[in-house]
Amino acid sequence: MYSQGLDQPGGPPAAGASDAAREAQFLAKIAAEEKIEPKDWMPEGYRQTLIRQISQHAHSEIVGMLPEGNWITRAPSLERKAILIAKVQDEGGHGAYLYGAAETLGVTREELIEQLLAGTAKYSSIFNYPTPTWADVGAIGWLVDGAAIMNQIPLCRCSYGPYARAMVRICREESFHQRQGFDIMMKLARGAAAQRRLAQDALERWWWPSLMMFGPSDADSRHTAQSVRWKIKRFTNDELRQRFVDFTVPQAEFLGLEVPDPALVWDAASGHYRFGAIDWTEFQEVLRGNGPCNRERLAARRAAHEAGRWVREAAAAYAAKQPARAPAAA
Amino acid sequence: MTDVRWPLWEVFIRSRSGLEHKHVGSLHATDARMAVEHARDLYTRREEGVSIWVVRSSDITASDPADADALFEPARDKVYRHPTFYEIPPEVKTL
Repeated sequence: MYSQGLDQPGGPPAAGASDAAREAQFLAKIAAEEKIEPKDWMPEGYRQTLIRQISQHAHSEIVGMLPEGNWITRAPSLERKAILIAKVQDEGGHGAYLYGAAETLGVTREELIEQLLAGTAKYSSIFNYPTPTWADVGAIGWLVDGAAIMNQIPLCRCSYGPYARAMVRICREESFHQRQGFDIMMKLARGAAAQRRLAQDALERWWWPSLMMFGPSDADSRHTAQSVRWKIKRFTNDELRQRFVDFTVPQAEFLGLEVPDPALVWDAASGHYRFGAIDWTEFQEVLRGNGPCNRERLAARRAAHEAGRWVREAAAAYAAKQPARAPAAA
Repeated sequence: MTDVRWPLWEVFIRSRSGLEHKHVGSLHATDARMAVEHARDLYTRREEGVSIWVVRSSDITASDPADADALFEPARDKVYRHPTFYEIPPEVKTL
């Protein structure tokens, strides 16, 4: 990810080119499937849309470490614990890639983190739900990471280069997350009656919030149309949600679990599952800060940030004391 | 409340010997050693590399995309630099 630091103290933008001409050039590049890179001219709306989307995505990765981190000390075996640590570490890494991509657009990571801690930035609604049982770790991997992958694969072709490159890296790692989750669900679904109940209960609690992860329906989505035109998004929220349902229902059937939607039915004519109405009031409430765990998540982030402050300060003080010297020879 | 800002570094990874180092992304670190350690954790969790270079982003001089036309124009009319410019009769072999 190229970063803001690469910006040279160059002169003013290309002389003579009016904004209209530059915008036409920009749109022609998008139409030709060329990537936009950090120092290329871009409309302010494009820049702001990307900052909003990439930073929300980064925050989601960071807050997403919390519900699963909850189970690291209580994972049922040493192997599951090692896997879970690796997964949570990946989420932290994904957050770092994404903050890096956002920084190429002229914001600093510190500003973005301050927005998150101040509660003014959004992150994915899904991470405001609790993880009371081990099956939740399985359901998160299977459903939440599954939905994330569905969202993220088209983002690998996003028109903004640094975001697309970060997404390629993330998608490569995300597949392990989904599979380890399905693996947990499979073990539970094939286990004792009590284990099957845990798996079914987790599916019931995570199913609808997972469908909400794709965002408001197309009719109510403020940003979708423009983002599709700019090739930031390749598919609409509803298209991706439908694809997720079509992929996931047969997986639930394989597990012998029941999707908590009485309206769910296979429609042979269209080749898609039809599913029931989503409770958008719940979605809006969670986004507004009134989900089951919003306050707890932010409090945990703030506490971690404060607890780490002395480490950041000590490292900066240590670096300042070192004599100026060239970096180690390669 | 405001944190001390750590400088930005660009990371280059050699994925295996025989290949060149390739830019993979950036990170923040207070010094070169921390940058290498963070790069290890951030970019090689799955054995993606055998060697890491880090360089402060502010030490990189880059060409300006707005000047790209003028900068790269001299190469544009020199198609004769490519072997495909020359037509070789089919009966001439190994040329």
